[in-house]
Amino acid sequence: MAKRIRLIDICHARSGDKGDASDIALFANDEAAWEIIRKHVTKERVAEYFRPVAAGPVERWEVPNVQALKFVVHGALGGGASRSLRSDNLGKTFAAALLRMEITVEE
Amino acid sequence: MRTVRIGAGQGFYGDSLLPVLDVARYGDVKYISFDTLAELTLAILEKGRRKDPAAGYTRDVVPMMRNLLPIAKEKGIRLITNAGGINPRGAARAVAEVARELGISLKVACVTGDDIYDRLDELAARGVTFADKETGQALGDIRDRVLFASVYLGAQVVADALATGADVVITGRTTDTAQFLGPLIHEFGWARDDWDRLAQGIVLGHLMECSGQVSGGNYQVGWEDIPDLHRIGFPVAEVSEDGSFVLTKPPGTGGRVDLKSVKEQFLYEIHDPTTYITPDVICDLTTTRLEQVGENRVRVSGTKGRPAPPTLKALLGYADGWMGEGYISFSWPKAYSKAKRAAEIIRARLEMQGVRPEEIHEEYIGINSLWGALAPEPVNEDQINEVRLRIVIRTRNKKDCEVLAREFPPLLLSGPPTASAVAGTPQPRELMGLWSTLIPRELVEPHVQIQVEEV
Repeated sequence: MAKRIRLIDICHARSGDKGDASDIALFANDEAAWEIIRKHVTKERVAEYFRPVAAGPVERWEVPNVQALKFVVHGALGGGASRSLRSDNLGKTFAAALLRMEITVEE
Repeated sequence: MRTVRIGAGQGFYGDSLLPVLDVARYGDVKYISFDTLAELTLAILEKGRRKDPAAGYTRDVVPMMRNLLPIAKEKGIRLITNAGGINPRGAARAVAEVARELGISLKVACVTGDDIYDRLDELAARGVTFADKETGQALGDIRDRVLFASVYLGAQVVADALATGADVVITGRTTDTAQFLGPLIHEFGWARDDWDRLAQGIVLGHLMECSGQVSGGNYQVGWEDIPDLHRIGFPVAEVSEDGSFVLTKPPGTGGRVDLKSVKEQFLYEIHDPTTYITPDVICDLTTTRLEQVGENRVRVSGTKGRPAPPTLKALLGYADGWMGEGYISFSWPKAYSKAKRAAEIIRARLEMQGVRPEEIHEEYIGINSLWGALAPEPVNEDQINEVRLRIVIRTRNKKDCEVLAREFPPLLLSGPPTASAVAGTPQPRELMGLWSTLIPRELVEPHVQIQVEEV
């Protein structure tokens, strides 16, 4: 049986900025969650999720020593913090947005 | 093994001035380091300097020093800060003045040479292209609009400044991590090519540079259980000569240092974790070990370093038009629909007056102002008690921004009903673009100077 879960159910995260890119780290809560996010939270999936607000591309790294995925979402901050028109010009809330993403996992 | 304790004082310009007092009083530290500069901060400081040539440094360094210097002097704590921004001499003068007022004898070292604004033509003549660090794009006509240009200096000059015997070290654009690695190089005499120890020092600096963000602040899942954030303890590290360290916080303070809080800061804003580039060393953060070794104690060890890069990053800020905005709130019933109608009216009014912004952005505060198009649309509008509309534009001239701001108050009488709280007409703000580029270090480092002033 497959079921839908939100990343916030199995992860925590933090985001910040560098130029016009949003820099997001997604941390698995435990070993099982680590295996799930490694498999399901792909670069393509994250790029598709952020497409409404980010031109892309997306880079992704695995950081096994802290069971985390690092994403850099380019073109995500409306030109960068100093010229962005957005209230969240630093993308501080992008981590929360990623935690709301749903994935389908096997039970 | 020899150890030293080092504390964090501030994580950005505007950070609270209270937690550092706990670090100084109860942290048992020999050094306190302040990172006050984010990418955006230099742009803010440049705007300040244009209004007042004596400005250009983070002005809260003055009240901060007024509170901290008496404690630091009594306990023999040395202070390191990049509060100098784009005017380190101004900051050093201001700190010396505080010491004089307090009747405290103080040795202040001031580091300069990071500011290359006056050297841009000379550097260009020597072959520097200032191409964008990521895209390789040429600087082009942006050259004529550059307002500041600073190179990120590393920890070595901070260590050199401490070697003068200074009680306080003030720099301009030294890296965030240099504030912390500098004292460790000075204390332990780590060699310039001791890559693994330097890498550990960078990880320490990186973990501590955002103050409360490693000790329970911005704790993403589980924040409800973090105790006493009103008295959050800024991080303190107990560092061994081999570079390993235990991250903790002053006794009696709030917040929390645990694996979650440390991990979140560990990967914060670092991009490629295998290649965290600093002027001092390139770190591989996939090699670091984090272990909880006690309550509010996390041990950090094992980071591998590679040789420092031949270039240094420089950040240029340039004038990039104007930003204008306006706000108005609407209450139930149909608050969101009213706010959307108001936005249509504003857009039409701008067009009637020939204002064609480069970009126009609207947000509904309470609905989607933080996430934009990622925010789900509300299902039941009847449950929304109020919505605040924000419209913001980018234009080439200030006047268009004033036209926008002027259009909000009339909506109180001539727009959709239950409008309130327009909050006057916000002033246009000048926008600054930021440009990152790489400069060969041999063109910068010979210009770095340390000046010492004794009060």
